[in-house]
Amino acid sequence: MRYALRRLGFFVLTLWAALTLNFLLPRMMPGNPALAMMSKFHGELGPNALHALEILFGVNAHQGLISQYFSYLHQVATFNFGTSLSQYPQTVTSVIGGAIWWTVGLVGITTILAFLLGTGLGVVAAWRRGGRLDSIMPPVFVVTSAIPYFWVGMVLVLIFALTLHWLPEQGGFNVTSDTPGLSLGYIGDVLQHAVLPAFSLLITTIGTWILTMRNTMITTLAEDYVRMARAKGLPGRRIMVDYAARNAILPNLTGFAMSLGFVVSGAILIEYVFNYPGVGFMLLQAVQGEDYPLMQALFLLITVAVLLAILVADVATALLDPRTRTAG
Amino acid sequence: MASVRADAGADPKDYGPAAGAILTVRDLSVEYAMDSGAVAAVDRVSFDLYPGEFLGIVGESGCGKSTLLFAIARLLAPPAAITNGSVAFKGTNMVAMTDKELAPVRWRDLSVVMQSAMNALNPVTSIGAQFKDAMKAHGVTSKEEIAARSAEVLQMVGIDPVHLGSYPHQLSGGMRQRSMIAMALLFTPELVIMDEPTSALDVVAQRSLMVHIKKLQEELHFAVVFVTHDMSLVSHFSERLMVMYAGQVAEYGSTREVFDTPRHPYSVGLLEAFPSIRGERVPLTGIPGRPPDLSQPQHGCWFAPRCPRVMDLCRDTEPDLYQVRDAKVRCLLYTEAERKEADRG
Amino acid sequence: MSMPLSGVTTVGEPVRPGVTGPAKRPATHALARLTRAVRSNRKAAAGTIMLGIFILVSIFPGVIAKDNPGADIYKPRLGLSTSHLLGTTSFGQDMWAQVVYGTRDVLIIAFVVGLATTAIAVIIGVAAAYLGGAWDGTLGVITDILLVIPLFPLLIVITAYAHGASTLVLIVVITATSWSYTARQLRSQALSLRSRDFLEAARVRGERRFYIIVVELIPTMTSLIVASFLTNALYAVLFASSLQFIGLGDPNAQSWGTMLYWAQNEAALQTGQPMWAIAPGFCIAALGAAFALLNYAFDEVGNPALRPVRRNRGKRAR
Repeated sequence: MRYALRRLGFFVLTLWAALTLNFLLPRMMPGNPALAMMSKFHGELGPNALHALEILFGVNAHQGLISQYFSYLHQVATFNFGTSLSQYPQTVTSVIGGAIWWTVGLVGITTILAFLLGTGLGVVAAWRRGGRLDSIMPPVFVVTSAIPYFWVGMVLVLIFALTLHWLPEQGGFNVTSDTPGLSLGYIGDVLQHAVLPAFSLLITTIGTWILTMRNTMITTLAEDYVRMARAKGLPGRRIMVDYAARNAILPNLTGFAMSLGFVVSGAILIEYVFNYPGVGFMLLQAVQGEDYPLMQALFLLITVAVLLAILVADVATALLDPRTRTAG
Repeated sequence: MASVRADAGADPKDYGPAAGAILTVRDLSVEYAMDSGAVAAVDRVSFDLYPGEFLGIVGESGCGKSTLLFAIARLLAPPAAITNGSVAFKGTNMVAMTDKELAPVRWRDLSVVMQSAMNALNPVTSIGAQFKDAMKAHGVTSKEEIAARSAEVLQMVGIDPVHLGSYPHQLSGGMRQRSMIAMALLFTPELVIMDEPTSALDVVAQRSLMVHIKKLQEELHFAVVFVTHDMSLVSHFSERLMVMYAGQVAEYGSTREVFDTPRHPYSVGLLEAFPSIRGERVPLTGIPGRPPDLSQPQHGCWFAPRCPRVMDLCRDTEPDLYQVRDAKVRCLLYTEAERKEADRG
Repeated sequence: MSMPLSGVTTVGEPVRPGVTGPAKRPATHALARLTRAVRSNRKAAAGTIMLGIFILVSIFPGVIAKDNPGADIYKPRLGLSTSHLLGTTSFGQDMWAQVVYGTRDVLIIAFVVGLATTAIAVIIGVAAAYLGGAWDGTLGVITDILLVIPLFPLLIVITAYAHGASTLVLIVVITATSWSYTARQLRSQALSLRSRDFLEAARVRGERRFYIIVVELIPTMTSLIVASFLTNALYAVLFASSLQFIGLGDPNAQSWGTMLYWAQNEAALQTGQPMWAIAPGFCIAALGAAFALLNYAFDEVGNPALRPVRRNRGKRAR
C-alpha cells in the first residue's frame, strides 16, 4: 500500500514538473517567443481567447510570476488550454479531440502487436539458444533499433505506395472520396491507410522488445529454480512459460511502459511522413504555425499518456509478482 | 557435446556397475568450454553408492563438487558438458539418455535439493503449485491425491500444510529449506542428492536440519549424496566420505577411516582447520596458498604447490588413487613403494 | 529511436570454475577485456569498421567529394551519374557532396553529446550512489522525472520556442535532457560495487573518498561507461536528425537531417528524386547501427551468457 502511494506521489510530481516546464519555457526562452506569437495573432482573437493566452504565456502580465503560476494551474485544471491559433476558431481541446483517436488507434495497435510478437519471439529465441532464430535475431534487430523512424516510413512509402501502388501514400483516409462514418467502405479505407504507418512503427519498435526480452530470458534461464524445474522432469514448454518467461517478463514491464515515450516520438515522425491526422501530426503543424497553445497541450497530453502507461505497468507487475504485494 | 567412452577407467576392476549399488559413477569428467579453452571441472570421478547409504562430498569452493552433482543428475547447461564416463543409476547409464528418456526417472527415483531455497523455488508461484507441478508431470492428476500428498510431505518435515498457499518469500529460511526437502520426497525417491542445503542457514538451524534429514533417511530408506564444504558437519551423518580437490577425488572411503585417519595432506589440512571443541588447544592451521586455477593444467599433483609434505616426485608425476585400508588416497605418499619405505623407516 | 537496450547486465569477472584467485587490478583487467572483445567479437569488429569509415570521412571530406555541398551550380534533379554519384537536388546541388560533408556535423553532435551526457550521468549516478541518503533521494527523483517525461516532444517544444536550433543549441539541449537513463544505470552499478572488497580495502587503507571514487570505482565501471557513451551518441544522432528533419534545426546547416528536411519539403520521393531522402537516411541508419552494434557487443562482454552459443541438434548428453 505504501508502495502504491509512493508511486502515485511520483506521478503527481512528474505531472507537476511537466506543467511547470510548460509554464516556464516560453517565459525563459530568449526573444520572448510568446510575445511574438501574441502580436501575430492579436487582431484575430476575441478578448476571452486573448485572456486565456495571456495566462498561459504570461504576456502582458500584470501579475507577479507566482500569481501567474497559480492562474495557469487553475486554468489547466479546468482543461482550458486556450484557442488553437492554427485551427482558429477551434479550441485546443476540440482540435485534440479530433486527432487523438487516430493516434490511439495507430500507437495502440502497434504497441500491442509489438509487445506480443516481441516478447513471444524473445522468449522462444532465448529458449532455443544457439538455434537459427537466436543467431539471426540479435544482429538484425540491433541494427533495426538504430534506424530513424521516419526513414523507414519514407522507404516504405517509396516502395509500396509510389512504386508498387499497393497502398496509399498518405492521410488517414481518402479525403476526396470518403465521408467519415461507420460505413464498410470508410473502415476499409481507414485500415488501408493505416497499414504502412503501423508497419513502419512496428518494425522500428519491435526490435528493442525482442532483444530485451531475450536477454532477460537468458539470465532467467540460468537461475536455480529453472534448473530445479528441469530436475523435476517438467515438460519443456511448461518450464519455458511458467518458470522462465513469467519471471523474465517482470523486470521488463515498467521498461516497456517507459518506452511508450519513444513509441509516441516515433508516431510523431511517422504521422509527419504520412500526413496521418493524429496528435503527432497536429503537434508538428502547431510548431510550424507557431500555435503554442496547441503545442503545450499536446506536450502535456503525451506526458500524461506515458504516466498512465507506467501506472498500468505497475499495477500489472503487482498483480503478477507476489513479492511486491507483501513488500507494501 | 558429450561422448561416452566406456573404457576410460584405469583400474580394470572399476568396470561396470557394482553389484547391488544404486548409483555407480565411473570416470565421470565434466568440462567447461571457455573462450580460452576447455577447463576440466570434474576429472575422472568414480564411486559407488548403495541403497540407503549416506555419502558426503567435501571440498572448498570451486573444487567441482557441485558440478559433479549436477552432472550426475544430468542438470548441466552449456558451457558445461559431460565429456567422459558413466553414471549408472539403478542399472541404466544416465549419461547416454535423452531428456525425454530421463523425464520419468527424474523426481520419481532421483530428486535434488539445492543450496538456496530462495533461489531454487519459483518466486512467483506458491509452494503448493510447485508441488502440484511435479506431481502432474508424473501422471498424478487427481486433485485430492495431490493435496493429500502435498500435505503429507510438509508434515514430514514439520511444516503446517496451511503453508501450501504461501509464496517462497513469505516463509523463513529454515522453512523454505525444509519445504524444498519435502518437495524432494514427493515420490519417495531412492536417491536424493543435496547441494549444500545447510550452507545458507545459521549453525543451529544447520544441525537441526541435518538431524531431520538423517531421520527421514532412516524412515524412508533413500540414499543421499550430500555436498558441503563443512567436513565436520557431514561426518557426523555420513557413512562414506569423499574429499575433492581440483575436480578430482583426493580421498574416498568410509567416514570413520577418512575422518579419524585423514591421509591426503589436503584432508588433513581441512580437518585441522576445524579445531575440536573438546580436544586440547592447538594452534589453528589453515592451508597456505590459493585454490588452483583449473585453466592452467598441471603436470604433477594439483595439490603440490600447497602441500606441506610435498616431494620432488609430486611436481611431475600425476598420482593415481591408491588403496590404503578402507580408503583410497590420491597421493604419492601412499604408493606401494612409498608405504614400504614408511613402514621400514 | 526505440527504447534503449537493457545495457550491461552484469559486470565484473565472468564466473569460471576453479578460478578463485584475488580480483586483479580492475582497471587493467577491464581494458584488456575491452581490446580482446573488440578483436574477437564480430559485431564489435563490424561496428568499429563502420564507425572508423565515418570518422575518416568527416575529417577528410574533400578526399572523396570534389564539390562544394552548398553550391547550387548544377542542373537540378539530375539522376545518378559518374560526375554526380547521387545526382543533384532540386536546387542544383551535388547530393554526394552534401552527404559527405554532412558527416562532420552529425559526428560532432554524436561525440560531443555522447561524452557530455555520459560525463553528467557518471557524476550524478556515482554521486547519488555514494552520497546516499537525501542526496540520493533528490537526485533520484530528478532523474526519474526526466526519465518519464517524453524527451522528443520536450525537445520539440524547446526548439520550437527557440525558432529552430543551430548545431550548438541542439547539442546543449539534447545533452541537458538525455542523461537520466544512463545516470540510473550507473547509479545501480555503483551501488552494487560499493560493498565490494577492493573498495573496502581502499577505505581501510585510509584513502580519501574522492580518490576511491575516481581511481578505484570508476575504472571498474569502464565497460558500462563506454556502453553509456555509445547509447547516448546513438540517441544524439537520432534526436538531432529527427529535429532537423521536421524543420527545427538550422535549415542552412550541412547535415544529414537537414538534407532530409529539404527532401521532404521538396517532395523528393514523389518527384522522382528518391536518393535525396534515401541517401542521408541510410547514412543515419548506418552510423546508428555502428553505435548499436558496438553497444551490443559490449553487452556480451559484460555478460558472457549472452554470447553466441553453438547448439547441437538433438538432445545429446549434457
